[in-house]
Amino acid sequence: MNRQGRQTRPHQDATGQAAKSTFTGHQGLDHEEELIFELGRDGQCGVDLPALEDTPDRLGGLLRDGEIGLPGLSEPEVVRHYVRISRNNYAIDAGIYPLGSCTMKHNPRLNEKMARLPGLADIHPLQPTSTVQGALELIDTLAHWLKVITGMPAVAMSPAAGAHGELCGLMTIRAALEARGEKRSRVLVPESAHGTNPATANFCGYKIQSIPANASGRVDLEALKAAIDDDVAAIMLTNPNTCGLFEDEVIEVAEAVHGVGGYFYCDGANLNALVGKVRVGDLGVDAMHINLHKTFSTPHGGGGPGAGPVVLSDALKAYAPVPWVVSGEDGFDLQEDATGDAEASIGRMKSFHGQMGMFVRALTYMMSFGCDGLPRIAEDAVLSANYILARLKDHMSPSFDGYCMHEALFDEHFLDGTGVTTLDFAKAMIDEGFHPMTIYFPLVVHGAMLIEPTESESKASLDEFIEAMIDLTRSAKEGDTTRFTEAPLLAFRKRLDETRAARSPVLRWRPEVETAEAAE
Amino acid sequence: MSDHQYSEDHEWINIDGDVGTVGISNFAQEQLGDVVFVDLPQIGAEVSKGDEIAVVESVKAASEIYAPVSGEVVAVNDVLNEAPETVNADAENTGWFFKIKLADEGELDGLMDADAYAAFAQG
Amino acid sequence: MRYLPLGDADRSAMMAQIGISSVDDLFEGVPRSARLTKPLDLPPGQGELSVERAIGRLAGKNRPMGSCPSFIGGGAYRHHVPASVDHLIQRSEFLTAYTPYQPEISQGTLQVLFEFQTQVAMITGMDVANASMYDGATACAEAVLMATRVTRRKHVVLSSNLHPHYRDCVLTTSQFLDLEIDVVEPLPEIDKQTACVVVQNPDVFGRLRDLTVLSEACHEVDALLVVAVPEVVSLGAVKSPGEMGADIVVCEGQGIGNGLNYGGPYLGLFATRDKYVRQMPGRLCGESVDADGKRGYVLTLSAREQHIRREKATSNICTNSGLCALAFSIHLSLLGEDGLKGLAMLNHQTAIKLADKLAAVPGVEVLESTFFNEFTLKLSGNATEIVEALLDHDVMGGVPAVRLFPERPDLANHLIVAATETNTDGDIDAFAEALGEVLS
Repeated sequence: MNRQGRQTRPHQDATGQAAKSTFTGHQGLDHEEELIFELGRDGQCGVDLPALEDTPDRLGGLLRDGEIGLPGLSEPEVVRHYVRISRNNYAIDAGIYPLGSCTMKHNPRLNEKMARLPGLADIHPLQPTSTVQGALELIDTLAHWLKVITGMPAVAMSPAAGAHGELCGLMTIRAALEARGEKRSRVLVPESAHGTNPATANFCGYKIQSIPANASGRVDLEALKAAIDDDVAAIMLTNPNTCGLFEDEVIEVAEAVHGVGGYFYCDGANLNALVGKVRVGDLGVDAMHINLHKTFSTPHGGGGPGAGPVVLSDALKAYAPVPWVVSGEDGFDLQEDATGDAEASIGRMKSFHGQMGMFVRALTYMMSFGCDGLPRIAEDAVLSANYILARLKDHMSPSFDGYCMHEALFDEHFLDGTGVTTLDFAKAMIDEGFHPMTIYFPLVVHGAMLIEPTESESKASLDEFIEAMIDLTRSAKEGDTTRFTEAPLLAFRKRLDETRAARSPVLRWRPEVETAEAAE
Repeated sequence: MSDHQYSEDHEWINIDGDVGTVGISNFAQEQLGDVVFVDLPQIGAEVSKGDEIAVVESVKAASEIYAPVSGEVVAVNDVLNEAPETVNADAENTGWFFKIKLADEGELDGLMDADAYAAFAQG
Repeated sequence: MRYLPLGDADRSAMMAQIGISSVDDLFEGVPRSARLTKPLDLPPGQGELSVERAIGRLAGKNRPMGSCPSFIGGGAYRHHVPASVDHLIQRSEFLTAYTPYQPEISQGTLQVLFEFQTQVAMITGMDVANASMYDGATACAEAVLMATRVTRRKHVVLSSNLHPHYRDCVLTTSQFLDLEIDVVEPLPEIDKQTACVVVQNPDVFGRLRDLTVLSEACHEVDALLVVAVPEVVSLGAVKSPGEMGADIVVCEGQGIGNGLNYGGPYLGLFATRDKYVRQMPGRLCGESVDADGKRGYVLTLSAREQHIRREKATSNICTNSGLCALAFSIHLSLLGEDGLKGLAMLNHQTAIKLADKLAAVPGVEVLESTFFNEFTLKLSGNATEIVEALLDHDVMGGVPAVRLFPERPDLANHLIVAATETNTDGDIDAFAEALGEVLS
């Protein structure tokens, strides 16, 4: 049950019918809000601009005439529009967000304040480097912290997100092999891997060979060794893996792939379990991307932006994408093209220098924790996940025996015979006031439920979550199916028709006139 | 549709002369869920048995369709462009994907009949 | 530690429930050799005040664009962002939400994306747009890959007046794929082997061009025209790429709603025609209805993406630039039709003033007669040295062309300058005066 006082059943009127909605469609303080295009009016504007002069244009006859179609609104209307629709979003600031592999931890506001300092926010990437020494020093400092935390000698700072970092890492691997005159064609990927891994390998021109897991949920070392030959460019391993388990044979895996001259790419999405406790450099990793928006608290922002710097071994560092921040007697500078020391670089991966705004936030966060605080992140994250596992294992069905790392994996077996699927269970959690955990990932178990609490939940919050999960499980086993199959009933929207959205995609608003004409 | 022959990739082919009509099995459409889009081959495409020839997309999955025999594509089912849900409603009849002119009738030997396929799909 | 809610009593109770006596018991599976037994060689944790001082010290070593007359463009543009924008994007529900995988409780994010996609399609003059990419340059690389998929061809032509960062991203991303890429200007004859032609408008030197004839030439051979627009505000004044026949349009959206931030995070806009929508990379938000028949929004056409298609995905992209897209959308909602057009024209008029003032300075030649808000000067001396000298006059004068084109010593005296609505008449006078002194 939830503590907000909201009924966990839709209320009914005297005849037993579902209660009518309001005349306006609004409910309490929750507003139905139209699209901005439906609210705008011609001639309105929320910005006051200086008057234009009568100067003839110099656009070479390319002046845009005709309507763009953008709606006009005053500032108060715009503010109200966005405030209203924001209230239809769940967020980590509002409650536990136990999405496995996403690391939804608290986003400190100090990070936001620092990122907005004019000396960091109002600097242009193409200013002379003499005018941005502090920015370059900040990037260099963050790079240092990432290298020390991971025990790796080098880091490529420019990738814009985790998947971008994977592409960077795999490209450096291919570049290193080609520099040796070798043409290998395969990359080994555990079957539990996140979809970005095979997608990335494909972009580098590699064929993917999937390696199965053993009974304990780790990559099958014997199968791996059988697959390894000198045509294997690399293995892409996530550690802890996507089942939330530490790959205890990781050193043997590294040795096996190094033994044939291949490389070990580590997907760093689950670094939150290791920070300050384990150094990936000691595991034989050659390249690993770090999701600053996961482990290092930069906000998820509804889907981005992220940042995905990639730590690199000595064997790969020469191939790192440009630009490089370099330091010398005269201070810091940027090596912007692939010449000189950066001659072997794979090239440029995005415009300018990297996700500076996320660097500021991540460094602010790391400095707040320091060498003494960082290990406590991993400890509390792993402790919290195991606490949830320990309390739920007799009610739900954990996929693997033993302890987990920072996330606990369950599957749908505990729902066998109830008529309730993983999806239904997740939707019922919404009615209890919680964002569901990650569902149907990893693909290696049926109806996966991957729960990652992170270290920023209090014990009271964890207990509340656990008690709700126990109650839901009991309810499902008692045959209370409609609580699940019709959920969510109390959210801003009920289940949405995803089939319709995919069969007849409507990907933008269009003015009424067009649709009326089409109907004729 | 007892004349259908089935592959282990859950496709069926129904032969008329030297042209085979190909689709996915009812079991396959159940596994996929609501079909939202079918990416059909081009008419005239020459394929070998086992080549990827089409893709069927549902909301939660995308499945490659492999040519059950070698040959040339001579027709595609345009109905699926407007109504992909036909695959769910009638996978083994009006939900056909394409017709292929066989290059080698011998390739049909490896396929299963309806009963054998039913057993295979259960197992 | 202020970000860790668990207390010692909590931890003891939790360990008791699990049946362990130390949290290190949970790390048993980690090889001994990899376990850290002493603290990392980094400073200890600090409170807010100390961290503020440290980061503030780094910020203090930089010269903000707003601190002196500044005319730097080159793919990122300093525009004024209304105060409401930054306030709204910091609302918890927007800032700290995740990707909207549970649409019932993510209608805020999803409605924003639907509105954003519509706005991008409108300003680019195209049919449909995605929910954003990392930046304009990576969006350009994705556009090239999409064109090769759509046409099933391998030959790509890039204009040599395309921003070098965009060009380099295309080259880097495609280096292990079997493509033939030519970087050339003027554009060559194209044929049925060509997948696409990529041009920038206004180009990296600021020049504007009517792309209609080029788009017809492309379509004659069934090649795609990809148009890159690094200065998104230009779309308020310049004929849209869609109107001129583009098949894919990629923009840098930073100029609306987002500050300079030393180069990131930025905002890639990606728009195309309806017929290519299934080949478009990135996330897409679509309209639907819920079980009660109420209109709502969901992520859709996911079967193209990495989490379903895996190695056959249209891209490996997972994260978009969500919060930057929100900022863009809010700013554009405040501007509206009249505001965007007015802002764009204000930029253009400011640039005209700048061009005329600088043209009057001895030793300065303005190379373009048509431009939007950016143009190139040919100076009587080395542009890089002149820009350094201008710093002593408290002016940040622009981008020396060789910074973007180090392989072109013939551009050593070329300086690319941009003006926006944030430049005053006083700024322009200061620049002209300083340049006059430095050149004499």
